[in-house]
Amino acid sequence: MSTLIKNGRVIDPASGTDRVADVLVAGGRIAGVGAELNAPGAEIFDATGLVVAPGFIDMHVHLREPGFEHAETIESGSRAAAAGGFTSVCPMPNTKPVNDSATVTSYIVERARRMAVVNVFPIGAITKGSAGEELAAIGNMKGAGAVAISDDGMPVMNARVMRRAMEFARSYDLPVIQHCEDLNLSAGGDMHEGAKSVRWGLRGIPAASEDVMVARDLLLAELTGVRYHVAHISTKRSIAMVAEARRKGMAVTCEATPHHFTLADEDMAPYDSNFKMKPPLRSGCDKGAVLDGIVAGTVSAIATDHAPHAGSEKMQEFERCPFGVIGLETALALALEQLIHTGKISLVRLVELFTTGPESVVRLGRGRLAQGTPGDVTIFSTEIEWTYDVNQSFSRSRNSPFDGRKFRGGPVATMVNGEFAWRR
Amino acid sequence: MKAGLLGIEELGRAEIEAILARAKDFQPLQSQQLKKLDTLRGKMIVNLFYEASTRTRTSFEIAAKRLGADAVSITASGSSVTKGESLVDTLNTLAAMRPDAIVMRHSASGAPHFLSRYLETPIINAGDGTHEHPTQALLDARTILDRRASLEGLRVAIIGDIAHSRVARSNVHLLSKFGAEIVLCGPVSLLPVELAQLAPGVRLTTDITDAIKDCDVIMMLRVQLERQHEAAFPASEYFRFYGLRLEHLDLAKPEAIVMHPGPINRGRELSSEVADFQRSVILNQVENGIAVRMAVLEKVIG
Repeated sequence: MSTLIKNGRVIDPASGTDRVADVLVAGGRIAGVGAELNAPGAEIFDATGLVVAPGFIDMHVHLREPGFEHAETIESGSRAAAAGGFTSVCPMPNTKPVNDSATVTSYIVERARRMAVVNVFPIGAITKGSAGEELAAIGNMKGAGAVAISDDGMPVMNARVMRRAMEFARSYDLPVIQHCEDLNLSAGGDMHEGAKSVRWGLRGIPAASEDVMVARDLLLAELTGVRYHVAHISTKRSIAMVAEARRKGMAVTCEATPHHFTLADEDMAPYDSNFKMKPPLRSGCDKGAVLDGIVAGTVSAIATDHAPHAGSEKMQEFERCPFGVIGLETALALALEQLIHTGKISLVRLVELFTTGPESVVRLGRGRLAQGTPGDVTIFSTEIEWTYDVNQSFSRSRNSPFDGRKFRGGPVATMVNGEFAWRR
Repeated sequence: MKAGLLGIEELGRAEIEAILARAKDFQPLQSQQLKKLDTLRGKMIVNLFYEASTRTRTSFEIAAKRLGADAVSITASGSSVTKGESLVDTLNTLAAMRPDAIVMRHSASGAPHFLSRYLETPIINAGDGTHEHPTQALLDARTILDRRASLEGLRVAIIGDIAHSRVARSNVHLLSKFGAEIVLCGPVSLLPVELAQLAPGVRLTTDITDAIKDCDVIMMLRVQLERQHEAAFPASEYFRFYGLRLEHLDLAKPEAIVMHPGPINRGRELSSEVADFQRSVILNQVENGIAVRMAVLEKVIG
């Protein structure tokens, strides 16, 4: 079974490729990249006018399985990923039970092998039950397939525990990913603390609650030498601190989500929980700083923080609704809208943010498009016009702030290990 | 199509003026022997209170009855809330009984706004969390206008727990629309700087004497301990720095009035002497509540 992707604009940041060429995929791997390739018997995919890129990696998703299958499953989440152009996803460990042991990691890997249409690389917990106290079996989880550790959503508040976690992670050469939020400062908050929260009488989550944690962790990262990654960075000061750490040569990276570089608190529909997530939509100034951080290279990856919640959970009083929005299917289109059509970055840089960028953190052995690499290919258009209808989503959940948004550009086909996982 | 009353922010001057004028028509009725009209005869109003309330709930109920409507009051503790029903389901159930309006109080900011997206029945907001309390601002305006020709140019000091006050927010929106000058006063932890952007003509101060100086109206707010999730201010010294005492009144204009949305805590936000002071209009506010809510009910259902 082989496929010849003809005449697309092939962009492979790892090799610096950006030219019109053919890509031959055979036996689950990239068999060749070049002009006028011939492959008798291969299925032909005409990619004229389209971009052909290494399969996109989303290093931050929530697939909700095991434990919350009413909101998402590994299968439904992976289908949404494929429809968003992603070929590999890294699910966070806040399942039920928490992915804090090799047993749970193995379960996820095994379920994904049977049910998922994309590659699934789990992220293990830092502490048992993500309770922030006792370290999880980090080495065992790595052995079972975990590619990083994080207590996403339940940040490690105890600095001593975090220091030890960083030391262990360094021993196993795993990155530590932190959801940066000082839980004492953010307690009770429902949205970004600013003019809108004060106007609407909603309790605020101050930008400082993120900055304080980034500052602490950067000091600990310097102390321990760990590879440290800030998840869904959202504030101007945090961006500045990460930029400074990188200038000093520390192994520090960060990711930005499409919703944080597209929306600010003033864009929220009042009391609409489809705009409620953590970190919250920040000020316009913070949003601008995230965009600048992408342009300047401070941000290494675009990640969705795809966080499905069932309709019944989101259809409540704003303060009772859980945090999180889905994002796999709109990520590329939002990135094109905000970064390419505005002329902020090049297409090569955009592809980097979805491939080599996250790959440099989670090291999946993917994110390249060259002879012999895995047959993960994302084919997208910068021009097709379409409208996002959340009710057509492959996700089991509908909590998106982008329902009804008109887009220019988006994924066209997604190939995982040599097979099409999704085609528009 | 439904048109309830969710907040003051989205109302125009003309709408507010019409309600206040209509409330004035209803004022004489309150002291008549026969107080009941039949304007809303055959109409049904549901009062749904998810939060404790004496004056607002009673006031709405009396207002409905004086207009000849039937009123049913439900409090959260005796309802299906305790059986785990969601707010939307409870409201849909009540709406299926075809009331003409639902008057609602809820501890969550935006709860009525959220519901109005799903419900055809008009909703009248009787206080949502720390967001708005529109009928309170309307009755406050009616009370001021009983003593002043206009709100324009008046200097109004609102003092106390501004951060958690829906009364303050609704009053700021209303007073600002009519060109009043508003001074918000409280300790920094209860006075976020963003309040200055709430509406034109708002100034913030942490000094009670600065707030009161030359003002026409002093509105005192209750310290809402039930909404403070940690000690935003040491309770033991609140009265010393932010409690209103008789000597403060010398700083205000000679005819300045003292207002309070109730319930008052003597000795916490105002001294007992101030509460009983001749220019304290706290009970006039309560009385005007009925006339104003009659005007609102008539506008929404009539």
